[in-house]
Amino acid sequence: MDDLAFYIFAAVSLLSAIGIVASSNIVRSAVCLLGTLGGVACLYFVLDANLLAVIQLIVYAGGTLVLMVFGIMLTSKSPWVGFRATRGQVAGAVLVAILMAVGISTLVLTAEWSQSANAPLKTSPSVAEVGEMLLTDYLVPFEVASVLLLVVMIGAAYLARTEK
Amino acid sequence: MSQITLPWIEKSPETLSGYRRKAILLLFVLAVGHLGIALVSLFAFKPGQLADWKIPFVLALVLGASLAGMAFTAGAFGVVFYRIIGKFLRWSYVAFALFLGGVVGACLIVWLHAEIFTFIKGLSAAEGEHRVWLLAVPYDHTVRNIYAGLEAIGVEVPVLAYALWPLQFEFIRDLVALGGIIGFISIIPAFGIWWERKVSARIQSRMGPMRVGGWHGWLQSPADGLKLIFKEDIIPPEGDPLLFRLAVYITFVPPICAFLALPFAAAWVFRDLDVALIFILAMLGIEVVGVILAGWASNNKWAVYGSMREACQMVSYEIPMGMSLLIPIMMAGSLKLTDIAGAQAGGFWNWFVFANPWCFIAFFTYYCAALASCKRAPFDLPESESELVAGFLTEYSGFRWSLFFFGEYAAMFIVAGLAVILFLGGWSSPIPEAWINSFLTAVGASPDGFFGTLARGLLAGGPIIFVLKATFLFYVQLWVRWTLPRVRIDQVLYACVQVMLPLVMVLLLANTLWILGTDHLQWGWLNVIDGILHWILVGIGVIVALAILCIALYGFKNNKRLVGQLAVVDQLPGS
Repeated sequence: MDDLAFYIFAAVSLLSAIGIVASSNIVRSAVCLLGTLGGVACLYFVLDANLLAVIQLIVYAGGTLVLMVFGIMLTSKSPWVGFRATRGQVAGAVLVAILMAVGISTLVLTAEWSQSANAPLKTSPSVAEVGEMLLTDYLVPFEVASVLLLVVMIGAAYLARTEK
Repeated sequence: MSQITLPWIEKSPETLSGYRRKAILLLFVLAVGHLGIALVSLFAFKPGQLADWKIPFVLALVLGASLAGMAFTAGAFGVVFYRIIGKFLRWSYVAFALFLGGVVGACLIVWLHAEIFTFIKGLSAAEGEHRVWLLAVPYDHTVRNIYAGLEAIGVEVPVLAYALWPLQFEFIRDLVALGGIIGFISIIPAFGIWWERKVSARIQSRMGPMRVGGWHGWLQSPADGLKLIFKEDIIPPEGDPLLFRLAVYITFVPPICAFLALPFAAAWVFRDLDVALIFILAMLGIEVVGVILAGWASNNKWAVYGSMREACQMVSYEIPMGMSLLIPIMMAGSLKLTDIAGAQAGGFWNWFVFANPWCFIAFFTYYCAALASCKRAPFDLPESESELVAGFLTEYSGFRWSLFFFGEYAAMFIVAGLAVILFLGGWSSPIPEAWINSFLTAVGASPDGFFGTLARGLLAGGPIIFVLKATFLFYVQLWVRWTLPRVRIDQVLYACVQVMLPLVMVLLLANTLWILGTDHLQWGWLNVIDGILHWILVGIGVIVALAILCIALYGFKNNKRLVGQLAVVDQLPGS
């Protein structure tokens, strides 16, 4: 059952990811992004990582995506924005894609899967455990991330402020 | 095709009764045939003789055929007695029985289902592990096994063993539970829309729907639904047809998914997620994407205005809503809804809304934000029908349009249910269970006897109490909608971002320090203040509840009278 669910959700994520790249209509790309994010969230659910899945849904699918669509609607000049990539952009994209592919395949090939397969987690950590770890063992990364977000917020407010 | 004619519309009465006779004959023949198949299959099979993979087919033959036979029989009798049935449907009891029976019946079915499942799980373990065609999961019980278990409790019906066999699989069990959830979601809009029309009519001193179905037009929503199915389905060719179709489902499916994590009582939840609260909030957030897409894909300026307003509104209400919910989470120390509700059991003074002033205010900020999240007045700006035609719904018609309303009413019940679980004690009764038990013993009924169990099931907490509380908050949403005028979009943004957000931040901080002082540092003076404030808030709650009851009683006594005077009469010339 889990295998079947994995293949279904993986297919959904992959197909929507192809859709994001292939579609020239920017709103359709955004909708495909919803499919990818939702599919990945469902994969997290299959893996029993409920907190991660739900955070993925609420932050990316629910929040960020709305902001993106909102931005597209407010900034586009005509209702049906299509875009054509220039040659430079295509070259850059291909370069980045090759780098990513090499990096990910190296990671997948060199990782020691046997260890995790032999001793899988019996139960995934609960929300309370995750919270406790965030505030004890991983306090510094957590605080750095929150400072980063604060800086981003101040920067956005500064940029958006009208000059008087 | 310029003219549509229904085949039966211009026929003489003789031809019509001929049709009727033919229909009755056909239905009866079908019914007898199916019942025959079912009976033959029933006597042909005995437990233990079949390979397990054949069981689904046998079940289809026995249960499917007998159910179909009964349905056909009912249909035939319906055609025979349609005049009498029509008269019967006009009684008010029928409407009440259908609405209440829908909820109570759904509860009973779920309960029975759970009992059967426990029974199957409790049977003795079986011979080894098998792999079944169709369901690649290990299973414990063969039919013979279940039959032996049934024999042990004195039920010797082979078919029942076959019928129970599939229920041991989680997959089948989930399907049945999902059926229950979808059934409940279908009742909510049908009842809610009719209720909304009656409430609005009452507030505006009119009658509302009175004709369809008989008593107070109780069949109005199914009739509207039927009408909407037959309406022409229009898709604007200049828009984006694909997204136009997709948007409906993105709006309609998430509120239904949210029901998967919403507990109706301690064990009455499809999946008791440890992140249930965030899951439901995420589902409500995704719904917004659908609304925005609907407006965008319509390629209509009113629709785009509506969806832009929805996006603005969502960005502003979601933060106060999430942060108000953090306060009860802090009190309970868990994100699991069953834990949060369980922490408030034992009398209405334990409910989080009365726990301290911060929780009390947070309940109202949450409820305001929840109104905005359901696009309900005074925050129904995405749809504002007096300014934007119908907002994001402008280009929609027919069944797609009605699906948006299914989603909206389901979301209204979800936010009301969340408010009940987080602030109003969930499914626990206002009266502590110990009081009910001692009352029952005082009356002379045993708490474990039939009446005792019934009384405790109804009064001491459970799905029915939860549905009643959530329905009250649902009603308040209707009440607010027909009482308050719509606010402007800049007022919504101002209220959410500049008033509610700082307020909720202060509440959050104050509540944190308060819990720190009372629970962890155990300051005596703070505990005294906490106790005093707690009982003052309980008093306010009791007074408000009594006042609402008194006003409702007054309104019920005077329901034939117009509210106030007709002011226009004095100014008419010659009056």
